[in-house]
Amino acid sequence: MAATIAPANEAALAAAVAAAHQAGTPLAVWGNRSKEAFGRPVQAAGSLTTRNLAGITLYSPAELVIAARAGTPLGELEAVLAAKGQHLIAEPPDLSALMGCGEGPPTLGGTVACNLSGPRRIALGAMRDHVLGVRAVNGMGEIIRSGGRVLKNVTGLDLCKLLAGSRGTLAVLTEVTLKVLPRPERSATVMLRGLDAARAIAALSAGLGSPYGVTGAAHLPEAAAARAGLGGRAATLLRIEEFTDFIPYRTLRLAEVLASFGCAEMLDHDASLALWRAVRDAEPLGAAPEEAIWRISVRPSRGPEVAAALVRAFDARLLLDWGGGLVWAAGPASEAAHRAVADAARGAGGTFWLMRADAAFRAALPGMPEEPAPLAALTRRVKAAFDPKGVLNPGRIAAGV
Amino acid sequence: MLAMPEPDPHVLARREAIVADLRERAGAGNVIAETLRLKPYETDGFTAYRRVPLAVVLPKTTAQVAACLRYCHDQGIRVVPRAAGTSLSGGALPLEDAVVIGVSRMNRILEVSCEDRLARVEAGVTNLGITKAVEGEGFFYAPDPSSQLACMIAGNVAMNSGGAHCLKYGVTANNLLGVTMVTVEGDVIELGGGHLDTPGYDWLGLIAGSEGQLGIVTEVTVRILRAAEGARAMLVGFAATDVAGAAVADIIASGIIPVALEFMDRPCIHACEAFAHAGYPLDAEALLIIEVEGSEAEQDALLARLKAICARHDPMTVRIARDAEESAAIWKGRKGAFGAVGRISPDYLCMDGTIPPGALPEAMRRIGALARHYGLQVANVFHAGDGNLHPLILFDANDPESFRRAEMLGADILRLCVELGGCLTGEHGVGIEKRDLMTAQFGAADLDQQRRIKRAFDPRWLLNPHKVFPLDTAGAA
Repeated sequence: MAATIAPANEAALAAAVAAAHQAGTPLAVWGNRSKEAFGRPVQAAGSLTTRNLAGITLYSPAELVIAARAGTPLGELEAVLAAKGQHLIAEPPDLSALMGCGEGPPTLGGTVACNLSGPRRIALGAMRDHVLGVRAVNGMGEIIRSGGRVLKNVTGLDLCKLLAGSRGTLAVLTEVTLKVLPRPERSATVMLRGLDAARAIAALSAGLGSPYGVTGAAHLPEAAAARAGLGGRAATLLRIEEFTDFIPYRTLRLAEVLASFGCAEMLDHDASLALWRAVRDAEPLGAAPEEAIWRISVRPSRGPEVAAALVRAFDARLLLDWGGGLVWAAGPASEAAHRAVADAARGAGGTFWLMRADAAFRAALPGMPEEPAPLAALTRRVKAAFDPKGVLNPGRIAAGV
Repeated sequence: MLAMPEPDPHVLARREAIVADLRERAGAGNVIAETLRLKPYETDGFTAYRRVPLAVVLPKTTAQVAACLRYCHDQGIRVVPRAAGTSLSGGALPLEDAVVIGVSRMNRILEVSCEDRLARVEAGVTNLGITKAVEGEGFFYAPDPSSQLACMIAGNVAMNSGGAHCLKYGVTANNLLGVTMVTVEGDVIELGGGHLDTPGYDWLGLIAGSEGQLGIVTEVTVRILRAAEGARAMLVGFAATDVAGAAVADIIASGIIPVALEFMDRPCIHACEAFAHAGYPLDAEALLIIEVEGSEAEQDALLARLKAICARHDPMTVRIARDAEESAAIWKGRKGAFGAVGRISPDYLCMDGTIPPGALPEAMRRIGALARHYGLQVANVFHAGDGNLHPLILFDANDPESFRRAEMLGADILRLCVELGGCLTGEHGVGIEKRDLMTAQFGAADLDQQRRIKRAFDPRWLLNPHKVFPLDTAGAA
């Protein structure tokens, strides 16, 4: 493979893509390759990185908006926000413990392009929900813009959400504008112990259906709880993030709502922050290096049956987030295990991603459910509307896309 | 006046045969073709423009919608999707040679799950109808456009509708889990479902706000939320617009995100007070309505903090509601604002730009200057937290010159919003109203990209064809 093109600015990046379009030469697109193991391997003669497009271009705390170039490390963005008492709403994970470190820290562009969100997704939306504006280069090397820097904008088709999660197959993000929020003063966790998955999800639903503002709802089965340093009993976690003086009332009332599920323990600020950081990064999953990792997205009430099916099928290690609607699973990188995940997801009316596996496995098996024919046709047509010659990250999401 | 495309004489000539074919596909009782019964469908909430459609179909099932769309697509007949017809931008305005396909008879609640915090409904259920179906369990559907009593969820999805509470709860796209959509070719596709994220392209994000350009949505699954323990409002009057703007910035910077943060200017305060007798301060240049949520004690704490922040900006009036009744009194004027303005002027145009909130003082000054230039009055209401501005331009529809000036003033105001770093529309959509202004916000490559996506869904450009994109280039394939 030729040396990676690392343009220093958007115009140079557009020129590089235009040249690839002219020549019909596919490009693998990445930031720092920290999520390389997520998605199908890209067969491309060349490669392109956004890592040199770095820096914050706008930050207006009183307007809840920040913009940065795609190669800006996520950590840098978070530090700048923290200095003004704000944070990224979707709580995007740092998956380097699962995925390896690539060639550098996760970037803003990569995180948005993968639409990765953490525990707060259940209450306050996904990464894509807070993308207010994008600049990007399509597969013809044209610079395109969508959205802007204001919180409410319905002008024209919304390409921001379409590009978020498109894994660099439609356009290369060059700059992203995000809505941000004040970081709550204090975090606290109400924890229930020893529940099975079905009871745990019922408890999480009760908490999320209460008026006390739960912003995280996860269930760690025994092994995951142990790895999170919580001892050997399953742990069911509900997080409140609020002004300090609101915390005692809210946690107490939440514990009352959950009384039928057992006696609640309380974790205060530092312990709560550390625990949710681990859940965010799926650390307690405890996947061995050679194992595959999947994420299954279902209605929360169907989470327990998915969990049970995967334990039956391949003794899966599990972690449930988003109130039970997001099941992280680790197990052998085998076709049988992969089929069990796909079947469980479909059986529960949901969907899945293959999050990590070796390249041969990812090349051989679909990393997500196959789309029905009319939808698959739309996928191809929309791909062609951005990238008619298929030069951007070909095959990253699915064969032919 | 906005130009409209010429109707296709071949389609007009086949009208009777088309109506018969539609009756076969949708059921005779679901097709309207009599001139008198077509009349109510000639316009929407943007009443300055009217076109009586070829026919109106009001199917009762997704299969009927699919059969009609497939037929129209095969025959090359334009289709205008319609829900309640409350669009303020002409999003549902028909064409003489178009078939209107409306979802108003698809109005069943299909499922409510408090456990999974979702509701699945047919697309003709009203916005408020969803909240009514779940409020018994203490839940609500968050986006609350002011037309929520009448507007339907299909239209909310099409326009990505907002409301007064989006600063905290987001707009339609942020509360959408799944849709059943019929493509122009008559294929029924399921996007999303009862779960949160889905791999592949973000179809839901693209469909939300696509203004009926990409398909017709027949079923919708939305997130429902548990309502807070309670909410209370406060009202603050300021001596100047920029002082109110500075107070808004201080509030956001303090870490408090009010559930609503509404601004009204002097003409609006006066119109609303005359209408609602809400006790608004008539000597103030700007008024903020701020609402917070939580337990009684939390409301007290937040309102006290907000009062202290506002006190730094020399407010002329501060009134904190002590209970729900006093909150309702504070809201009464704001909620009746459009009606109130309707009493002081025969007609008004409701604009809908967004600006960065920090640009509010400059926006107010320059809108005032523009209004003087055109010799018209403007009253402003503003979702101050999220920057969504609603200038109401007062004019007299019986005077064509007054209407012409109102349209020109509106266009200038929207160009100003773009110049200040904002956009043409925050929640009403482009429709026909702002179609020709799109080039003020987007470059050629931006618009071409959007058009190519439109074409990927609708290669013959038959769905809502004269909307969103500048007319001269819209159908250019």
